[in-house]
Amino acid sequence: MLFTSAKFIAFLIALVFLYYLVPKKAQWPLLLIGSYAFYYFADTSGMYLIFIITTTISAYFAGIMMNKVNDKSSAYLKANKETLSKEDKKAYKAKMKSKKWAILLVCLIFNIGILSVTKYTNFVINNINTFLSDASKLQPIAMIVPMGISFYTFQTCGYIIDVYRGKHDAQRNPFKLALFVSFFPQLVQGPISRYSDMEASLYKEHKLNESDISEGLTRILWGYFKKLVVADRIITAVTTLISDTAYSGTYVFVAMLFYAFELYCDFTGGIDITIGIARILGITLKENFNLPYFSKNIKEYWNRWHITMGTWFTDYIFYPISVSGPMLKLSKWSREHLGQNIGKRVSVYLSSLIVWFTTGLWHGAAWNFIVWGLMNFVVIMISQELEPLYAKFHGKFKVKDKAWYGVFEIVRTIFLMSMIRMFDCYRDVPLTFKMVGTMFTRVNLKIFVDGSLLNLGITKADYIILVVAFIIILSVSTIKYNRGFVFNKDKYLLRYSLLAVLFVLIIVFGAYGVGYDSTQFIYNQF
Amino acid sequence: MDALIEILTNLHPEVDFDTCETLVDDKIIDSFDIVSIISEVNEEYDVVIPAEEIIPENFNSAKALYALIKKLEDEE
Repeated sequence: MLFTSAKFIAFLIALVFLYYLVPKKAQWPLLLIGSYAFYYFADTSGMYLIFIITTTISAYFAGIMMNKVNDKSSAYLKANKETLSKEDKKAYKAKMKSKKWAILLVCLIFNIGILSVTKYTNFVINNINTFLSDASKLQPIAMIVPMGISFYTFQTCGYIIDVYRGKHDAQRNPFKLALFVSFFPQLVQGPISRYSDMEASLYKEHKLNESDISEGLTRILWGYFKKLVVADRIITAVTTLISDTAYSGTYVFVAMLFYAFELYCDFTGGIDITIGIARILGITLKENFNLPYFSKNIKEYWNRWHITMGTWFTDYIFYPISVSGPMLKLSKWSREHLGQNIGKRVSVYLSSLIVWFTTGLWHGAAWNFIVWGLMNFVVIMISQELEPLYAKFHGKFKVKDKAWYGVFEIVRTIFLMSMIRMFDCYRDVPLTFKMVGTMFTRVNLKIFVDGSLLNLGITKADYIILVVAFIIILSVSTIKYNRGFVFNKDKYLLRYSLLAVLFVLIIVFGAYGVGYDSTQFIYNQF
Repeated sequence: MDALIEILTNLHPEVDFDTCETLVDDKIIDSFDIVSIISEVNEEYDVVIPAEEIIPENFNSAKALYALIKKLEDEE
């Protein structure tokens, strides 16, 4: 059931009506039923449901067992407060912590195991096959990859790690936990939420609220505008450009910019719809984007793009690896043997390399994603090393505060990130290097004036719509960048007028109906 | 506390660590800095700051970080 399908819109309207009609106590159970129904429609064999329920059950029991260890530990320490020495308390706490660690480890291995087997088995088989003769090649296995498994598995792992860390207690109601894992708007492409962020609003009783409805609706329509008017229109040209190597040279540059625009509208549009739906239901989700194309360097870009994934990797992979015993020893050793300057970088860069490798792998079971992740690492590392040089340059030429220099930094970041993203387009590492290379060696600016761009599957009218949509999105983003919000929420007339305008724009200019194929969100495949 | 201030100042000489209380919130220090700090704290104070203690409240100021080091020293 695509977010952009009439079936989904009917499902959503029915659910929202019921949500505010049923007794308040029944709201979150209704959401669970709705979420499972949504997931069932994604795969009517019921296999997706079996996977998500299995993950939920494992996390539920792991959480409850950790709760019990915590309760037992607190009771024991309280009862023996006077008799236990400091060393006894320390030893007891360590024993309890190792019990929780064992529970956590089993739960993580189980769930990451499911994710790995479903998503990466055929990738491993394909790689093994490259070393085997034709006669002995292994057959790929027909594997079910449940929709959104990367998202809900990471969300569930985050939950269970936070229980282990004592950030919050485990949820004692299995159905409430099931809702957290399966909340339907997030199943398509995230965001990867934290339990501590959602808990307050997910299970609360919600009254029908004008601002929730109108602001949620505005957000949904803004998302549909980006998805249907831009992403689902420009995709035709992107597909044409990347599926034929004859489109080399400056065509690759055009494909790069078009894909940057498409991915931005597809992913941020989808998240706008997700956050908007949650808002209508009175539920607050964390923002996943903060004007990423206004970033002045790659590090800033990754603080603004797919924020919930970035913070997930930082909190649950980067930090634990960086502060682990072996890494601290390596850091100490490298400082002593390689000097302070190089030594202090070793553990940080090694941890970062592992994180980017994992990030690439998370995006897909293919080498192009892994190389994409590693390219991000290389660029971040180089820019980190160049920082002192930049500081000297900025100090000498005093350009940092100049508006034109800010624009230059933004354009440079967009260009760099879009270029790395071409691995995502061509899905083939050598081909990507080759095609991106032609961008610099086969410059042909004629294609911008000789009508070549009209042969990419989109018409002149489509280009006009895309340019106007670009101006609208850029204007809205610039307003938000400069003053932090787009319009004053108290201005009801403006808010409702915008709603009406957005609705008309989507109906008139949305790429749907005869001649268009509704496409799933790009990030749904991850 | 002086040793900690020295570690932090070596990382960001332009920041006044005696007064700044928004090191993480204002993105003055990032995840790379935090890992460097933890590694140097480990050498200087012989305490391991575990991943679960890497939260903004513990790294927003030199004072908060010092309090965390003392707490971990007491626990060891």
